Amino acid sequence: MLNYTIRRILLLIPLLFFISAMIFGILKLTPGDPAVVLLGDRATEESIELTREKYALNKPLHIQYMKMMANFFTGELQSIYYKENVIMVVLKRMIPTLELGFTALILALVVSIPAGIISAVKRNSIFDYASMTTALFGISIPVFFTGILLIYLFAVKLRILPASGYGGSMFTLDGIRHLLMPAFVLSFTLMASTTRITRSSMLDVLKEDYVRTARAKGVKESTVILGHAFKNALMPITTNVGNQIARLFAGAVLTETVFAWPGVGRLAVNAIFRRDEPLVFGCVLILSVIYVVVNLMVDLFYGFINPRVKYE
Amino acid sequence: MNKIIIYMTILPGIGIFYLFMPSSLLLLLFLPKADEDLISYGAFGTLTAILFIISIAMARHRQQKKSLQMRGAWELMWRRLARNRTAMASMMVLIALIYLAILAPFITPHDPLESDWGALSQGISSTHWLGTDDMGRDIFARNLFGIRVAMGIGITAVFLNTITGTFFGIVAGYYGGRTDNVIMRLLEIWNSIPFILLAIAIMAALGTGIGKLIIIVSLSNLMAFARIIRGSVMAVKDLDYVSAARVIGISDTVIIVRHIIPNCISPILVLSSLSIGETILIIAGLSFLGLGIQPPMPSLGGMLSNGQQFLHENLLMSVVPGVTILMIVLSFNLFGDGVRDALDSRLDS
Repeated sequence: MLNYTIRRILLLIPLLFFISAMIFGILKLTPGDPAVVLLGDRATEESIELTREKYALNKPLHIQYMKMMANFFTGELQSIYYKENVIMVVLKRMIPTLELGFTALILALVVSIPAGIISAVKRNSIFDYASMTTALFGISIPVFFTGILLIYLFAVKLRILPASGYGGSMFTLDGIRHLLMPAFVLSFTLMASTTRITRSSMLDVLKEDYVRTARAKGVKESTVILGHAFKNALMPITTNVGNQIARLFAGAVLTETVFAWPGVGRLAVNAIFRRDEPLVFGCVLILSVIYVVVNLMVDLFYGFINPRVKYE
Repeated sequence: MNKIIIYMTILPGIGIFYLFMPSSLLLLLFLPKADEDLISYGAFGTLTAILFIISIAMARHRQQKKSLQMRGAWELMWRRLARNRTAMASMMVLIALIYLAILAPFITPHDPLESDWGALSQGISSTHWLGTDDMGRDIFARNLFGIRVAMGIGITAVFLNTITGTFFGIVAGYYGGRTDNVIMRLLEIWNSIPFILLAIAIMAALGTGIGKLIIIVSLSNLMAFARIIRGSVMAVKDLDYVSAARVIGISDTVIIVRHIIPNCISPILVLSSLSIGETILIIAGLSFLGLGIQPPMPSLGGMLSNGQQFLHENLLMSVVPGVTILMIVLSFNLFGDGVRDALDSRLDS
């Protein structure tokens, strides 16, 4: 296990290299003088010349790439709009994004796993139908539409929650009031798909012989469900959560836009409209790194709950 | 039920195909600059072509007596699908929506782009069935044209995605070894950046546009297709009849086309019908962010983003496109579930 973990962490290095090279390559496709693109339209001749020097723009591509990465890490890469080091700009927006993402993830798991287990155990009950219908709507409704409907209900009609914005850290009352709606909206899709997968994998497992054996031995029903069945159903659930994390990222960008949440996703989208290419590079790179790390954690967790996985 | 659907598809499908297909092809060929016309006719052409293919397939499948085995498989699938009431109901909704999209100019007298300055932000009335937006444009008309664009781009993107994903999957699975390794590792790297971030990077570099949108979205799901098709290719490629074909000297291309692809049809069908709904959600999301279909061209996501600004004054502006997206995606998801159950494939959602 330890060996496997170390190998997986070492494998991150080439992966991150390819990812950064790919983002660099995509942004290289921008038509026009790269120095002007990096500086914005109102750059002077002198600064353009300086930028060419700084980013090695008259050198071959691989040197440009290395220069770009070096500038990125040393903080030389400046956002056009904020006139500040790209890493700092992104990191400032990171806390709201992480608060939103983790609250949504935890909310989704806390609601969907019990809901899925109950649906499977009490199959064809009213609860089962209700939660499956809700889940079906959950995977079909656009994130931003849920958001707009909730804003209309809670902010425009009932006036009990703020319509948008960030209320400070999530450990303050105002912070929680602002966080409630966006976190719920973001978690809704994940919640829906996890409920569905929990139900179906629980149904598969409950048919197994060892579950019948456990019941025949007279094991308590709650132990059978949680100890014998759920433990084995956990694998498809984990796989699904891992697959859904990319969708959670997409959802985060949309949710941040609907609720004017000052996170990295919205920063990236705004950077496109402001033609702030260095900032786009920084946002996409940093978010991709987070995504890769989260995925690695899911994979390691998968190995942890399923000792049958071979660590090749 | 079965017959109703066949008649609903075949009769108007063929008529519309012969009426409009030539004109849409001509427009595609000779008016490459008229972006809006191009896309609406392109979408229109794609949809009619698909309907036409479906109707031909159904008609053929009723008459065809020769290839008993193929006929058996298709008929079995269709019978299982027809027994699934939810799937049939969602298919009816989809066919109805496709007709609404195709016949949009004949259903509503209003132009989706034209402002009626005497009727800004109105509610439901007899002239404007679902009211007007902040610029006095008819919401019903915009919604119909929005459905047309969403379906056209969504289906085109899934079609391209299926072709490219299947191609990679077949090449990787059939040739195996180093080819397989290279293709799968490259796709893994491609997959290790969340799609939305790739879209943001590409849009930042190249700007927005319908063509770019289709291409970007059609690359979103490559990995899922390639991985599953690769699996089913590897399951067949060492079967006796494939080895026999190879031994008598049939070329790889012919083997792939005649023996491998027919064996991959069911995962291809299941995956592509399951991914249409999601693709339409992605397009709506990008349009909502302002990175997809650009205003003034009507798009469901763009209408919602506009509607959010006027939430206090006019709820219809956001509810109409929102419910429409929900309806389209829900129907595609239910239909996709039905196809999966009918093909009894071991793919899980």
